[in-house]
This record gives sequence, structure tokens and C-alpha cells, in this order.
Amino acid sequence: MKEEFEPNILGFLCNWCSYAGADLAGTSRIKYPPNIKSIRVMCSGRVDTVFILEALRKGADGVLIAGCHPGDCHYQSGNYKTNRRIKLLKNFLKDMGVEPERVRFEYVSASEGQKFAAVVTDFVNELKKIGPSPIKE
Amino acid sequence: MSKKIGVFVCHCGINIASNVDIEELIKYSSNLNNVIVSKDYKYMCSDNGANLIKDTIKKYKLDGIVIACCSPRMHENTFRGYVENAGINAFNLEIANIREQCSWAHDDKKRSTEKAKSLVRGAVAKARLLESLEKSTISVNPNALVIGGGISGIQTSLDLAEKGFKVYLVERTPSIGGRMAQLDKTFPTLDCSGCILTPKMMEVANNQNIELITYSEIENVDGNIGNYKVKIRKKPRYVDLDKCTGCGDCVVACRLKDRISNEFDMGLGKRSAIYIPFPQAIPMKCTVDENNCLMIKHGKCGKGPLCIEACEADAIDFSQKEEFLEIEVGVIVVATGYDLLDPSKVYEFGYSRYKNVITSMEMERLISSSGPTSGEILCPSNNKIPNSITYILCVGSRDETSCTWCCRIGCMSALKQIYLIKEKFGNKVEINISYTDIRSFGKGYEEFYRKIRGENTNFFRGKPSDVRNIQDRLKLDIFDTTTNKLFEINTDLVVLVPELIPRMDSDVFSRILHISQSSDGFYLEAHPKLRPMDTFTAGIFLAGCCQGPKDIQDSVSQASGAAGRAANILSKKELEAEPQVAIVDVENCSGCSMCISICPFNAIDLVEEKGKKQAKVIEALCKGCGACVGACPSGSMQQLGFKDKQMIPMVEETVY
Ligand code: SF4
Ligand code: FES
Repeated sequence: MKEEFEPNILGFLCNWCSYAGADLAGTSRIKYPPNIKSIRVMCSGRVDTVFILEALRKGADGVLIAGCHPGDCHYQSGNYKTNRRIKLLKNFLKDMGVEPERVRFEYVSASEGQKFAAVVTDFVNELKKIGPSPIKE
Repeated sequence: MSKKIGVFVCHCGINIASNVDIEELIKYSSNLNNVIVSKDYKYMCSDNGANLIKDTIKKYKLDGIVIACCSPRMHENTFRGYVENAGINAFNLEIANIREQCSWAHDDKKRSTEKAKSLVRGAVAKARLLESLEKSTISVNPNALVIGGGISGIQTSLDLAEKGFKVYLVERTPSIGGRMAQLDKTFPTLDCSGCILTPKMMEVANNQNIELITYSEIENVDGNIGNYKVKIRKKPRYVDLDKCTGCGDCVVACRLKDRISNEFDMGLGKRSAIYIPFPQAIPMKCTVDENNCLMIKHGKCGKGPLCIEACEADAIDFSQKEEFLEIEVGVIVVATGYDLLDPSKVYEFGYSRYKNVITSMEMERLISSSGPTSGEILCPSNNKIPNSITYILCVGSRDETSCTWCCRIGCMSALKQIYLIKEKFGNKVEINISYTDIRSFGKGYEEFYRKIRGENTNFFRGKPSDVRNIQDRLKLDIFDTTTNKLFEINTDLVVLVPELIPRMDSDVFSRILHISQSSDGFYLEAHPKLRPMDTFTAGIFLAGCCQGPKDIQDSVSQASGAAGRAANILSKKELEAEPQVAIVDVENCSGCSMCISICPFNAIDLVEEKGKKQAKVIEALCKGCGACVGACPSGSMQQLGFKDKQMIPMVEETVY
């Protein structure tokens, strides 16, 4: 039997909301697939498009960026700015022939452990359908 | 010079060890470049763990540390301290979170171990490039702001004032006192609520260290721990506080006397358009209710305002406008309290349809001797004494369709009221109570419950049917799950005990303060067990029901606790500032100003140096979000501790 494709996901989580939400999922023992490996940034605003492209180049099948809900960013507006940058990046990816669905931006608050787990599970399933990334080195 | 890195893996008892193969992780990490030594220990955060870290750092002359353990949100500071104790700069530490985001979140030990390896690999990659950072210091403003003048805010203010700090106590309504002032007696000791609260309110008024700012709202909060700038909006009272003596002559004279629904009496009584909210109000001054006053609404009041005529002190001033006030404080304590669920939301109980369905807070005002009926319990529909009263507990509480949580005071407050009713009427009145579970968890509560249970009160365990009106009486059915019987109840007065919910504007307010809410909407504490008074925003603390439902004793305890936490900061002259701020590489910066438009805190200036325009970070204003770094087109803007050259290797190594 052919082994099922397990997508490799890199996460960027902001310290104040989404990283705390992911911690809460763990503390509440809510299970989600281990395909995601997360990196903490102070604010989703710190996530440079270079990080995302680099992650895709080095083997990520998908990249999740999660920040605070609109209006809740600990630094007021980092989440809007990143959301905007990611929309642009997605267009660019499409032009390059990479499925834009490989990059996801989500709002996850510090109390949404359940949502974090659901987002990851859903993303894993979606990437399983899309298949391995074509631009791995 | 290349780094010498040590990797420390914590078992966390079995929390990590049961789901991550520690031995394999140790073996794996020792083979990573630059890793000189890898060690594991049962509890890395313990004393022994601290010594292990220190001794290993010294022995191998390490200058880069990776600890694979719980979340950095949990113990990053602890471990920074341990690393510093070994004589190396604390910012050479990187944490790999293999507990919350690995061993606890996944089932499959093999895959968890693989993930833990990636996380450690990424952390080592970053640690290779970490640099020592120096903490700068910030001065601390020794004043405090307390928001909310209920029992929690009062207690916090008094405690802080006693420690010698200046406190600004801001209250939204015309008087401090909050919900506790509306209560008749308190459970389980049956202390008269006013008698124990009023002296504290007087103390607030007389304390030289407390500046009371009532009838005012917080408009905006800027700044950081140690130095918050707060803008306050003072609503016009149309009464000069310096002149008003609180004699109340105007209240009696007002053309709208006894015409306006009195919120303090939960709408059961009436007041004038100029009023003192209750007899023990602090400050004991009048306020004009601008939503009802004829002068303010229509610009005229008969032949002239009767209040002005009555006021000998000449204190009434219809030309008052709202004012804005700016204060500077080092800490903020939030004590904004709770709202009560509107019981008409639970339609079947008939609150919006039947006059004789009331809330427990309305009952409290009926029982109170200073209430609208002077302490007589009368049915609102006909002013007759009820022969039968039925309590419905958990209205909107512990219910998937409205609020899932327990209000923590409903059972006890109903039992207390039943005691007071029995005290008035003896067994002449029949009492029924429909409950889910009786929760009597506090000191002396269970004993109080037993006393009531023995006293001719009918307890039914179960949710009642809808409440119907049949010939001047109310009718409901309750299926009692302890006897498996259906009871038909005819009663005169139904008392609903509604859920405690977050303040209506708590989401707006959480944004003004940059603090988080938990999923129920109450403000989120930094740790439910160990930091219940802190928020995640340094220098902002929580007291009382804004953090979740509480009774008076718990509110007061938390309020004193919050004062203590706040004083820890206020008592310092200086604080260490997080050094992870933005810096500019002046060589490459082209002065494009992109970062300036991005920074939400105006922390970047455009300066000219040697004829060349470039960005300059004002460190004291930078909060270290890194947004400018993510946006800088030339990569000249960097964030200390999160530089591109540290992050990109981490990205590459974590992912591959
Ligand atoms: S990191 Fe940049 S954008 Fe964020 S506060 Fe500092 S200077 Fe402003
Ligand atoms: S701090 Fe969470 S997105 Fe800015």
C-alpha cells in the first residue's frame, strides 16, 4: 500500500493571540495532526513574505500565518498589514503556478484552542487533496 | 566565532516523556552542528534543573542555549534567569515548545518525536545566530489608575493608597458603590451590605491619596508598563461639585419628581430628573440626568427650572460641557464588574409579559428597607403580599443555548433572600425553588444551605416549564428529577435568578486597553492558577467580576491581590525594558519612509544624517512588534532577537 501523503506545514503564530491559542489547545488536550510546526513571532506583522517563500522553497507544503482577530492585535494593526501582504503574495504565487491555497491566514484568539486545532486539521486535509508542493528544492 | 550550544530536554514528569522519546531526541540533538552537549532532566524548571543548566554552561563554556520544554509563555523568564545565573546573557536562550504544542497536542508518539526533533533543530538554528542584548531601563510613574468603583475597585484603591501610592479611581456612574450598594444583606453571614460598604466608601472619599473621578469614562490608553497615558472623558453633571452640598432640595423641587424610573431600584421606584443615586452616595452630590431633564432636552422647563430656584448654593449650571482629562500612571487595575443577563431573553419565563415575574436583583430592592417599598415585599401587579413565591435558578446559566458558565452567586443569593423572606413572613408564605444543582462551595455556605433546606421550603431539582398567567396567579410545572414526579405549581411571584455576563462594552474596552477576553467574554487572566490577577499586558491587572463571576469575598480577595501585584511595580523606581526593539541598518536604509507609515506607535522618525535621509527608531516608544521589519523593502529595518538572519535559518531548519 502506498503511504498516505503527509503534508508538511510551517506555522507563524503571534505571541499574544494565536500562539496562546495553540498553547491552550495543548493544555486542554485537544488533539490535532502533528504536521504543523510553529514558530513564534511577537506579532503576525513581523511575518515577512520572504519567510513564507523560504518555507515553501525548503519543503513546506503549506504555510499557516495566524494572528489576533481584527481590532485585537496587541500592536493595533499588525494583523491587517500582514493579511494585506499575504493577499498580494497569493496573487504572485498563482502567477508562479503555485496553488495560493498553500498559504493561509487565520484569526485565532488566545481562547480559541478549539479553533486552532480545527484550522490545522482542515488545512492538513486540504493540502492532502492538493498534494505535495511543486516548488520544493 | 561559532557558537557552543547546549540542548536541555525536559521530561516534565511524564507530560513530555510519555509522548516524546527523550532518549532519541537527546541523541538526535547532539548530532546537530554546534551542539556540544545535550542533557535531559525530569523537571528542568526545578532547583536541580537550574543547577544542571548552570553547571553545564560553565563546564562546556556554552554561549547558546536551547531548552526543549513547555511553552515560552510559561517559563521563558524563569529559564532566562537560570541562564543569566551561569554568567551568560539571557538572550542567548531559545525555547522549543515540545509540551503544549507537541506532546499534549498529538497522539502518535513516533510522530510527536519527529516533530520535537524539527522544533529543536529550528531552535538550534536560531540559537547559532542569537546575540547578547542589553536591557534598557524605563522610569516608573508611581501613580495608579483603578477603573470601576464597585467593591473591587474600592478595595484595590484603598490598598494602594495605604501603601502610599496616588490612585485615580474612575467611575462611570455618579457614585461609587457598584452592585454591592444595591444589596440588602450579604450571604452567608447576613451582614447588612450598606453597613459594611459605606465605611469603605467614606474612606475613599477622605483618603488624601485617592483622587475620585466619577461620572467619567476612559477614552483612550497609550503607553506601556510604568508609563501609561490615559485620556478620561468627564461627562457633564450640570452641577458644580464644589458648590453642591448634597442637600437634595433640588431633587424635591424638580418638575419631574417621581416621574423617572430609578435605575438604582431596578426600575421599581421613581426619581427626579436631578438626583442623588442613593442615600449613601459618594460623592454626595446631585447629577442632572440629561436623557430626561426638560431643560437639556427641550431647552426649557416650564417658566424656569425649579431646581435652580430651589438651590441655595447656586450649584446648578446648565452650561456645563464634557471635559477631557489626561493623566499619567504606571499601572492600571481594571475592576469594571459585570452585567446581568436580560431575563426576557429566556422567553418562556415570561419576564417581559408578566409584572409578577421579577429578577433577584429586583427582589433585593424590595427586601431592602431603603428600597422603593421600604422593605415590604409586594407583588408589582397589585401591591399585595404574596402567599407563594417561586425562585427559578440558573436563568440563562449552564445552558448551551445561552451561557455555559455558572454564575457562582445565584444559589446562595436566592437562599439568602429566602431566609430574609422567612424572617419577615415566617411560614405564612410558601416558597418553591427550582434548581439545577445547589452550589454552596464557600466557607459557611453549605451550613447556610442546610439551614434553609430544613425550613419548610420546597426544593425541586429540574428546569421548569414556561410560566403562564392564570386568573391573577402564575402557573408553572416542574419535573423534579430527584423524585421523578411532575409538580404543578401555582404561585404569586416568580423570581428569576439571571446569569452574570461580561459588561456589554467589554470588547470595545478590551481594545482600548489591549487586553484579551476569554471565550465567555470576560477578561482573560495571564494564568488561571498562578497569575489570576495579571493580564498578558504588562502593568494591567484585573480585580473582581470583570475576570469572571465572583461573590463579594472572592472579589475583595482578588482586589487586594491586584493591589499587591500593582504595588510590586509601583514600588520600583525603574523597570527593565524588553530589549527586542527595532534597529536600523543605516548603511542600507534609503529613507523610503515605509516603516514610518507602518509603525502604529509613531516610534520611527525620518532624520537627515550627513545629507542622507534615514529612519531612526525611538527606543522608548518602540513596542517590538516587528511590523516595520516585515514591511521594509531593503531589509534595513531589523528587530533585535528576531532578525532576518536569525529567523530565516530557523524557518529553513524547522521546515525541512
Ligand atoms: S517594531 Fe517597528 S513598527 Fe513595531 S513598534 Fe517598533 S518601530 Fe514601530
Ligand atoms: S499581536 Fe497578534 S496579530 Fe499582532
